[in-house]
Amino acid sequence: MTAAPVPRLPGPLLAARNILTFLLRVPTSAFGLVVLTILIVTAGFAPWIATHDPYVQDLNNVLQAPGNGHLFGTDELGRDIFSRLVWGARITLTIIFLVSIVVGPIGLIVGTTSGYLGGRFDTVMMRITDIFLSFPSLILSLAFVAALGPSLNNAIIAIGLTAWPPIARLARAETMTFRKADYIAAARLQGASPLRIIVKSIMPMCLPSVLIRLTLNMATVILTAAGLGFLGLGAQPPLPEWGAMIATGRRYMIDSWWLVTFPGLAILCVSLAFNLLGDGLRDALDPKQMNRR
Amino acid sequence: MEKPILEVQNLCIRYNGAPVDAVRGVSFTLGRERLGIVGESGSGKSTVGRALLRLLPGARVTADRMQFEDLDLLGLSERQMLKVRGRRMSMILQDPKFSLNPIQRVGHQVAETFLRHFSVSKAEAKTKTLEMLAAVKIRDPERVHDLYPHEISGGMGQRVMIAMMLLADPDLVIADEPTSALDVTVRLQVLTILDGLVRDRGIGLIMISHDLNLVRNFCDRVLIMYAGRVVETLDARSMDQAQHPYTRGLLAAQPRIGGPRQPLAVLDRRPEWKEEPAQ
Amino acid sequence: MSINHLRLRSALGQAGTIAVTLLGLLMLTFIIGRMMPADPVRAIVGEEASPEIYQQVYLQLGLDRPVWEQFLRYLGDVLTGDFGTSIRTGKPVIEDILHVMPATMELATFAILIGAGLGIPLGVTAAVNKDRWPDHLVRVFSLFGHSMPIFWTGMIALIVFYAGLGWVGGSGRMSQFYIGMVPDRTGFLLIDSLISGQFDVFASAINHLILPASLLGYSSSAYITRMTRSFMLDQLGQEYMTTARVKGLSRGQTIWRHAFGNIRVQLVTIVALAYGSLLEGAVLIETVFAWPGFGQYLTSNLIIGDMNAVMTCVLIVGVIFIALNLLSDLLYRLFDPRTK
Ligand SMILES: Nc1ncnc2c1ncn2[C@@H]1O[C@H](COP(=O)(O)OP(=O)(O)O)[C@@H](O)[C@H]1O
Ligand SMILES: [Mg+2]
Repeated sequence: MTAAPVPRLPGPLLAARNILTFLLRVPTSAFGLVVLTILIVTAGFAPWIATHDPYVQDLNNVLQAPGNGHLFGTDELGRDIFSRLVWGARITLTIIFLVSIVVGPIGLIVGTTSGYLGGRFDTVMMRITDIFLSFPSLILSLAFVAALGPSLNNAIIAIGLTAWPPIARLARAETMTFRKADYIAAARLQGASPLRIIVKSIMPMCLPSVLIRLTLNMATVILTAAGLGFLGLGAQPPLPEWGAMIATGRRYMIDSWWLVTFPGLAILCVSLAFNLLGDGLRDALDPKQMNRR
Repeated sequence: MEKPILEVQNLCIRYNGAPVDAVRGVSFTLGRERLGIVGESGSGKSTVGRALLRLLPGARVTADRMQFEDLDLLGLSERQMLKVRGRRMSMILQDPKFSLNPIQRVGHQVAETFLRHFSVSKAEAKTKTLEMLAAVKIRDPERVHDLYPHEISGGMGQRVMIAMMLLADPDLVIADEPTSALDVTVRLQVLTILDGLVRDRGIGLIMISHDLNLVRNFCDRVLIMYAGRVVETLDARSMDQAQHPYTRGLLAAQPRIGGPRQPLAVLDRRPEWKEEPAQ
Repeated sequence: MSINHLRLRSALGQAGTIAVTLLGLLMLTFIIGRMMPADPVRAIVGEEASPEIYQQVYLQLGLDRPVWEQFLRYLGDVLTGDFGTSIRTGKPVIEDILHVMPATMELATFAILIGAGLGIPLGVTAAVNKDRWPDHLVRVFSLFGHSMPIFWTGMIALIVFYAGLGWVGGSGRMSQFYIGMVPDRTGFLLIDSLISGQFDVFASAINHLILPASLLGYSSSAYITRMTRSFMLDQLGQEYMTTARVKGLSRGQTIWRHAFGNIRVQLVTIVALAYGSLLEGAVLIETVFAWPGFGQYLTSNLIIGDMNAVMTCVLIVGVIFIALNLLSDLLYRLFDPRTK
């Protein structure tokens, strides 16, 4: 071949590109990717995309139906619903981000250490995850928020506290398979401390599947956060959190359908996007599926 | 020779998505005899067997002729095939561990064949089943009737399978590696039972195997398959006159008790055998 | 003998595991209770009580003792069936909960019937048509149910089917008109109204139940569909399916008699677990539909910070979950011949 050599990408980037190509080829997961891109762009450029200030009330202009300069209408205080949704994307993204950085490390640390160390420590840790897993996530989050007091931050903490056990389970299972590998044994023979082995060798190996699992769980996180907001235990007014917007809109829903309809559609789209993406990822990473075509 | 049970001419099979045919131009006829099909793993033996029963949903099957008694197998509708399978043609699968339904009692599974093809009462089917279990030399049919597959041994499982497949008295039975999954100690026993039943009832048998020396004792004729093609057809008695180098390789690759101690021959495989029909 | 011995050991081991899990559960609820911002003493004595009375109740509740002693006391109370009194109603919490539970169970039972009735056939259809359009359709349909914020769907459904079309009853378990007409015997309105022969109340109850139960059922059907599909795919790829075809069974007969027959036990366990998860949806849907059940009891007490009520509700959910897990395990052992 005389063609110029294709620039080589480093391994992980190449893998990421392959997965991305696979996801974009399937309509459902492509939809998921598009929605999430829209979410990120909206959150990033909220000040430019929003047509109004999300907090400014206009009592002369309350409960306006969609149209007339307000794309999605106005709420009971005359605020522009479209602009509130746009700003709400930031809150949603914040929740996703913060929950991930709470849940990922906790799950990874608990899972890898108990998988690597085994024995009594493992038994105790797995009992604890069992206890957490014996609740539906929303109920346990509810209880934590009740204990911590209702606020957006506490809702995020509560969700984080309830969402780590499945991650820990996964990391533990992965660790168990790596533990016996030759290079781990070699490192141990060279006198590397368990801490060093876990941090340097095992955690990086578990990271990809943990990240995928986090994506898969994100739909549940979004729904739980919205549910907490709806029950008045998450983000507090006047924050434009979508669940909280539905809660306030509820009183007017029979006459002013747009108050609840649009925030709900936003939640639905984002959680559907994560579910479709997760579904696609599962397929993309299933070796049997990759070989077929 | 009397009128053949089965005539196959130029059978070609391609699995969907596969680049080449899994079976290419296979032809043979079968009377009331026992025909062996021998070849290494992946040579297309099972594919031929399944094509005869028309159980290859994910493949395209073509042939110049595929005549089973009075039936043109290629032209039959699925509805008509339902009356053929189990009743007139059946197949013994390889491993009873997987080919028996793990959560149904074996007696129930055997009787299902009978109930499917004859309108009889459950009690009659059970009597028939017990008779058949006895015929495959199961000593305590009443007890075995109520066992689950995981509670019986592999040899016993394969005898149950034989009972199930011969119960409706078919004219042709395909045995797809019926003993490969069994302990060496019971292989002969199972084959002898199958052989006896097939002879007594005048059933045509196609015995698929990768073990030429095992098959030659239980068959009248042997087809040797290689890469989807029949490379040679031999009379079981005159096996030693095999012409094709592949067949000779197969014969030589078998250890013989009491034979000279030499390293086992390694099978030779040449690409040209895939293309040129032998002779 | 040795098999029995092993069985006994595994049974004991399991009992030990359950005991530890329950203990952990109690610890968790205790911690949550302690962390709650509401002042339990103030909640009992009221805002105007004198410092002396406050101090007296404070000591009575043992709040001056070390935390571990407080936990032991809580443990003792729970084990003797004392879950404390609700600040709001003044009645024992457990009595309150038993009073609201039937409403939730009525809802959840209908929902699971709908969820299983929808999810199982859809899962089978998807598996049988793997990677063809029915499979994709089912996948999108069930992911949709899994993705919808149920409190929102509830409102939209109320707007459309109640306010708009008038096909169903609105909030509550029955029309305002009938409230108090049926004597409370079992707590299950459908049963009570039938016992007392008030068929119009029964009709009204069905009319109010159908919408929230359908929504809950739809959301739980996603999980049931997915599991059914994957169980079926496992079976469809098995060799005994070929055996059945060779015997002369049609594809449909093979699928129903053999593949589906073999996943029935697994399905029962899945449905039992899904029933537990309904509690989560019930908390939200009960709020939307003003359904006087467990979920509403929990949320209303959360908001006013009624510690005893919240702790007990959380504890009960945990216990229900553990019990359902145990039950599904047990069903498996009882009905799958391979485990004997
Ligand atoms: N379901 C299938 N889909 C695609 N290819 C198949 C399938 N089953 C078998 N094959 C291919 O067909 C060829 C013949 O297989 P088979 O008939 O099972 O061989 P044998 O029974 O002689 O071991 C093999 O190359 C195999 O890979
Ligand atoms: Mg084979």
